[in-house]
Amino acid sequence: MKDRVIEKALLLAALSAIGILALITIFIFREGLPVVFSKGPGEFLTGTVWQPSRGHYGLVPMIVGSAIVTFGALIIGVPLGLACAVVLAEMAPPRARKILKPTIELLAGIPSVVYGFIGMMILVPWIRNNPALGGTGSSALAASIILGIMILPTIIGISIDAIEAVPRSYREGSRALGATEWQTITGVVIPAARSGIVAGVILGMGRAVGETMAVIMVAGNSVQIPDSILKPVRTLTANIALEMSYASGQHEQALFATAIVLFIIIMLLNSLAGLARRKKKRKRKLKGDPAGGVEVA
Amino acid sequence: MTAKPTVNVSSSGSSTALRGPAKLEVKDFDLFYGSFQALKKVSMQVTERRITALIGPSGCGKSTLLRAMNRMNDLIPSVRTTGEIVLDGKNIYAPATDVEALRKRVGMVFQRPNPFPLSVFDNVAYGPRAHGLRNRAGLRDVVEKSLRSVDLWDTLKDDLDDDALTLSGEQQQRLCIARLVAVEPEVLLMDEPCSALDPIATMKVEELMQKLVEQYTIVIVTHNMQQAARVSQDTGFMLLGDLVEFGLTERIFTRPTEKKTEDYISGRYG
Repeated sequence: MKDRVIEKALLLAALSAIGILALITIFIFREGLPVVFSKGPGEFLTGTVWQPSRGHYGLVPMIVGSAIVTFGALIIGVPLGLACAVVLAEMAPPRARKILKPTIELLAGIPSVVYGFIGMMILVPWIRNNPALGGTGSSALAASIILGIMILPTIIGISIDAIEAVPRSYREGSRALGATEWQTITGVVIPAARSGIVAGVILGMGRAVGETMAVIMVAGNSVQIPDSILKPVRTLTANIALEMSYASGQHEQALFATAIVLFIIIMLLNSLAGLARRKKKRKRKLKGDPAGGVEVA
Repeated sequence: MTAKPTVNVSSSGSSTALRGPAKLEVKDFDLFYGSFQALKKVSMQVTERRITALIGPSGCGKSTLLRAMNRMNDLIPSVRTTGEIVLDGKNIYAPATDVEALRKRVGMVFQRPNPFPLSVFDNVAYGPRAHGLRNRAGLRDVVEKSLRSVDLWDTLKDDLDDDALTLSGEQQQRLCIARLVAVEPEVLLMDEPCSALDPIATMKVEELMQKLVEQYTIVIVTHNMQQAARVSQDTGFMLLGDLVEFGLTERIFTRPTEKKTEDYISGRYG
């Protein structure tokens, strides 16, 4: 009797969680779709001018901005994260791993405004004053670096799990052929852990695409397609956050349309990550160098 | 187990001449896992181009001894050894030993087939690549030759790009042997290579061993006494870290000198 009550209560909790998510989704689409249809999807996806006051809602500068900072974050975060995961999972003494792994997970818990603040106070002036870089400092480069650091815990955490899940027999088989530790890591361990690593990278990418606060603080946010990484950019998330306080009418709906674009990108990335993880069990062919094959865009 | 039994190493006496030169010689070898002594003053000789079998109940140290022969035990942090294992006159536990070069000469096949999650081709090419062979044609030749030597070439020549994990258990174990043969080792260490295989596959792998021994020196660990009797020329019986008796397989199985050996081969141990 008591069991049944608890069972029902849990079911209700689960259903309402799903229900809330479903409602949010429906709400976003209901608010955003009308303007997409009245202006035509082409205006949003191919228009390069964002001037809400004149009824121009081209999202291309923001899509490009998000793509640039995300790609930049991956260029910084993937090699660093992978290297860190390999060292922690394969080389570090167990005691160091015990301390470092939770520390890295802790990085994920730092509020993004703190990352943004550090970026604003240290990174942006550094870029501005560096003779090789210059510009205003608030730029795609600054956003990429901050995001690259912010996605590290995701990439490292998931990659470590994937590397640790590689059976010991693969490592022994490789060492028994006279391969060195390093050859074993690059030749067997990373290829075997590849799908998990790719999943980590995609989830990190999702985090980079979705990050808002830290990006607003360092990216400069002007609506333009930048011709250099030292120029300011505005991302899709920043677009919503910056204008939501005063938008109304069609403008407001256009922000919801921005949310739809973001929503679809994140959904795609998450399902890709799930696919990459599941693919592990299935038949697949791996050839040549295991280091390649991480870019998914 | 109180007093250490006198180890009957018939190989160290006059019969050495009968056997030909020692490829690998274990001399007063002790091995500890932390404070646990897994091998106790083991001495034995592995003769070139013969199959030497190590038998004994689980936990007797036979796999440990096998893994000591190419220093796979190095991968376990708490391992400590004393004594020598001599390969072609050189102590492999000498400080200057190049362990990778040693393992290239003394390779190992494991209990469970452990092909890498790569293609058949990349599995066989793995060792040669690790040792610096890069050119495609050279690799192809090695792969073909190695797969031929384990009788897999005709079956797999059109499927070299298939994932090795899709092969049957027997094929996987053959592939693992081919992968080993590809680095041109001198000694093959086999750690219960048939325990994960069915009887027919076992028979085929045993036939393969008979073929390989024409070219290689083989040491096999097995808990299957019939297998030891069938395939090997020399047999060592181990118990609780001691090499109780070592000698010609035929003699060990018909006229063991040690009571414990007799008890074991007549089925009085596990």
